[in-house]
Amino acid sequence: MLPFLKYEFLQNAFLTGIMVGLLAPILGVFIVVRRQALIADALSHITLAGIAANLLLAKWFALFAGANPIYMGMAFSVGGAVFIEQLRKVYKHYEELAIPIIMSAGIGLSVIFISMADGFNTDLFNYLFGSIIAVKQSDVWTVLAILVVVLLFVFFMYKELFVLSFDEEQGKLSGIRSNWILIAFMAITALVIAASMKIVGILLVSSLMTLPVAASIRIATGFKQTIWLSVLFGETAVIAGMFLSYYLDLASGGTIVVCLIIILSFSILYKKLMSSRKAG
Amino acid sequence: MEKKLNNPAIFVDDLSFHYGEKNVLEHVTMEVKQGSFLGLVGPNGSGKSTLIKCILGLLKPQQGSVSLFGEKVQKFHQWDKVGYVSQKANSFNTAFPATAFEVVSMGLFGKVGLFRFLKSSDKEKVWSALKAVNMKDFASRNIGELSGGQQQRIFIARALVSEPELLILDEPTVGVDVESSESFYKMLKDLHREKKMTLVLVTHDVGVMTNYVTDVACLNKQIHFHGNTKEFEESSSENMSAFYGHHVHVIHHDHDHK
Repeated sequence: MLPFLKYEFLQNAFLTGIMVGLLAPILGVFIVVRRQALIADALSHITLAGIAANLLLAKWFALFAGANPIYMGMAFSVGGAVFIEQLRKVYKHYEELAIPIIMSAGIGLSVIFISMADGFNTDLFNYLFGSIIAVKQSDVWTVLAILVVVLLFVFFMYKELFVLSFDEEQGKLSGIRSNWILIAFMAITALVIAASMKIVGILLVSSLMTLPVAASIRIATGFKQTIWLSVLFGETAVIAGMFLSYYLDLASGGTIVVCLIIILSFSILYKKLMSSRKAG
Repeated sequence: MEKKLNNPAIFVDDLSFHYGEKNVLEHVTMEVKQGSFLGLVGPNGSGKSTLIKCILGLLKPQQGSVSLFGEKVQKFHQWDKVGYVSQKANSFNTAFPATAFEVVSMGLFGKVGLFRFLKSSDKEKVWSALKAVNMKDFASRNIGELSGGQQQRIFIARALVSEPELLILDEPTVGVDVESSESFYKMLKDLHREKKMTLVLVTHDVGVMTNYVTDVACLNKQIHFHGNTKEFEESSSENMSAFYGHHVHVIHHDHDHK
């Protein structure tokens, strides 16, 4: 076995990372093509509010001290997701307004909770930037459960999600119940964001959803290939990033994002080379 | 079954629609018989697209009703009988990463149903729809790489793939070069004649249209003319000038070399 994996906490981090590296880009493809790349950011900030709330409650009540803050984070995140869909209906002509509204609500609440608790320990820092040594066994099981739910959802709803992303009108015409599916999709996105934050951190979660897609969309042919390439790029970055993070003693979120940026640059360069070859 | 055949494909009954204070459609009554080819004409902003969206149940009129094949649109469920090609520019992200084949296969999703996948017979249908619009060779290209005319053909194929009985096209030749729009009209004529499809073509291109359609409806908030092509041509110059507000000659483009 790799020396890297001889510790249990690293095994936990590695397993979680691989699952997250699969989940985030799959959902990311649908989010990016619907031009909602910033939704992941809004949801991650509302997740932070949930985590801060849990940490605060843990300080006050012994009951919450044992709870994994990830669950409270998920609850906030799913609530925020449903709220975004509602806000999009209120601001029909300014749909994107829903994102800054939820984002600032998330940050505002987080700051209040943090100040009420007179600041936090390193725990919060881990959630902000991601830390592979902070992944617990219970996190692995939680993420595994989310993995199963998301893969089943995307597998069985692939057609519907594809049509709704391409052209909502056509989707409605073919009799697809778009409202229900879009809300379920947002809720699932919220779960994945909460699941990913231990590895990449709240501030960087959205990068794991959008950067692999940004890279694959340049070079892929067709929608399925876009998904596969996004997953490939996501996994590559997560695995490489975690190795680098461990051996160079750097924050895992940062190294993963830097790996993603490198992949993205290569994909843009590759595309340029191919099109100039075609032209020449 | 016989009763069904007698039902018009589309029946619009005293329909009015307004966006806020602005009246878009006033007391529109219109019938499209099964097997006919209707040209719906009118100047820009005359409410053509709004009427189509009401017909498809995408917009809810404040007054009046729409029936498709004899059934009220709110209760209509056989959407695989209806194909719709919208004005391309409004509803389409040209950078969307999907191949032409994938886009056409979307037209089958309503028929296939929830939790199910495309079978190989479905894929055959996609191929024959691509063949019908002469785009077979482009099946594996990304939709964004195709020209405007080619993209439009792909959207027609998407509407055709579920073998609809009624096909509605909203200004399908906008942004398409003259040559491809001509072969496009010919394709519609073939669909109408050979497949006995009911067609509704929304356009502001009056001259070209009259060579192909069987019926004409002129819309400018209200229906100003509704009848067959012959009646339309006989009355057209007076109709048109009243309608567009100035004198219009209907020019026939007879490139059809019959």
